[in-house]
Amino acid sequence: MRLFKRQNNVLPGFGLTLGFTIFYLSVIVLIPLSALVFRTSGLTWGEFVTTVTAPRVLASYKVTFGSAMIAALINSVFGVLVAWVLVRYRFPGRRIVDALVDLPFALPTAVAGITLATIYSPNGWVGRFLEPHGIKVAFTPVGIVLAMTFIGLPFVVRTVQPVIEEIEIELEEAASCLGANRWQTLQLVIFPMLLPSILTGFALSFARAVGEYGSIIFIAGNMPMVSEITPLLIITKLEQFDYRGATAIACVMLLTSFSMLLVINLLQKWSRRYAD
Amino acid sequence: MSAPVTSIPTSNGSKKRTQTEPAAVRWLLISIALVFLTLFLALPLFAVFTQAFEKGLTVHLEALKEPDTLSSIKLTLITAAVTVPLNLFFGVTAAWAIAKFSFPGKNLLITLIDLPFSVSPVISGLIYVLIFGLQGWLGPWLQAHDIRIVFAVPGIILATIFVTFPFVARELIPLMEAQGKEEEEAALVLGASGLQTFFRVTLPNVKWGIIYGVILCNARAMGEFGAVSVVSGHIRGMTNTVPLHVEILYNEYNYTAAFAVASLLAFLALITLAVKTVAEWKVRQQLDNN
Repeated sequence: MRLFKRQNNVLPGFGLTLGFTIFYLSVIVLIPLSALVFRTSGLTWGEFVTTVTAPRVLASYKVTFGSAMIAALINSVFGVLVAWVLVRYRFPGRRIVDALVDLPFALPTAVAGITLATIYSPNGWVGRFLEPHGIKVAFTPVGIVLAMTFIGLPFVVRTVQPVIEEIEIELEEAASCLGANRWQTLQLVIFPMLLPSILTGFALSFARAVGEYGSIIFIAGNMPMVSEITPLLIITKLEQFDYRGATAIACVMLLTSFSMLLVINLLQKWSRRYAD
Repeated sequence: MSAPVTSIPTSNGSKKRTQTEPAAVRWLLISIALVFLTLFLALPLFAVFTQAFEKGLTVHLEALKEPDTLSSIKLTLITAAVTVPLNLFFGVTAAWAIAKFSFPGKNLLITLIDLPFSVSPVISGLIYVLIFGLQGWLGPWLQAHDIRIVFAVPGIILATIFVTFPFVARELIPLMEAQGKEEEEAALVLGASGLQTFFRVTLPNVKWGIIYGVILCNARAMGEFGAVSVVSGHIRGMTNTVPLHVEILYNEYNYTAAFAVASLLAFLALITLAVKTVAEWKVRQQLDNN
């Protein structure tokens, strides 16, 4: 019974499992990611700044972050609506719709890309109705927003949905007993409770959209300065054997992702504190 | 604990409630949600299959029997067969260490495990090119020994392992934490060995969590595009996975074949969604029983 004396946990295998976890994590994730940072440090500061602020690169940031922002906003509105409808209302086919929300997680991005491009092209199922009104979706920045909305939707729904499920009906009853009408209850009681999760969903959807590649390149048209996203620019630089350029831009994207991750973690902490 | 969500009024329920919206508003919201989801989710899914069978079943099957298509399917299956078991083993090990023990730096470790999800797929591929590529750290050494990693199968597998790294672990950690360790402790006190305890007590408890993680890991492993695209080199019949083959066919304006191959992946996605829904339901049920 030496085990009992040494520590108050009788389960075996702590050292072994933790050791393997850290080893595998280092080999697969940490060392390769640090390679990117080290390779960038091979550039002088001046070279780095010139590379990552070239006009074509700046234009790609604008397209990528701008479209991701619009897509995340669209998803915040419709994602909350979908989550609300799925939790609060009963209608035929609700379970199937609920399962379908995860489609963008499960459908490979290349398949999503070619399909959206086909549907929204000028003679596609939806595109042909938009074309006469002068709305072009495929092969324009609008297509980028569309693809980003597609891949980001489940993030908002799946973040907000459990929070709506947790709302205690008593709160709404109390609000209505105190004389609030339904709109006031929604606005003053429910919305503040959902806000942290909506912001988290927004941030998750935005972060995913910024890095997305597969579903976008088929529908974007990929015109430099107009509809070229940053991940594509990295690939273009790689194909021209401009490893330094690719690495520098990738480093900027990686730093952005890490800042987003930090924001998301803080948001999640905030929403948890709010829940208690 | 807080009370479970009170029963929600059914749409055909006769009792009057002040806690829900008027029926007209309800149906308006339901309609908006459904139109949005149809336009964004159902229509694309339907379109894949329609386009795939547009020229009939024979053309569809011909496209799938093409040698390049078959070799891309083979490569994708190999990739998944290596990636999924490795990440499954890692996920279970990591979950055991993190969920059953307490140690400093635990939250940092969880954040690091999740890291691959917040990295752009393109960067996930790029980092391996920077290490193993010709201009990379190990490039000259690898070339001297005639080992190919980037623009070859090992690179594809590595990049796939990276992008699917967190799936099993992030599903198992919260589940195993919620289940506590009393059952394992009881087994050990009654004389079971560590491995017996794991296989007879822990594993049955987390079975559906593992299935959930594995099916998502597998879907991503078979469907990954960006990361694999960077490290593959796009050699037809050699280093093309199914998603990359779809891209090539599409860019060659061979739409029917592109959608025929894409429909395989869409079918996989549907199976994934079905298994995921069942697993989710089982996990919830198991947690409620505890």
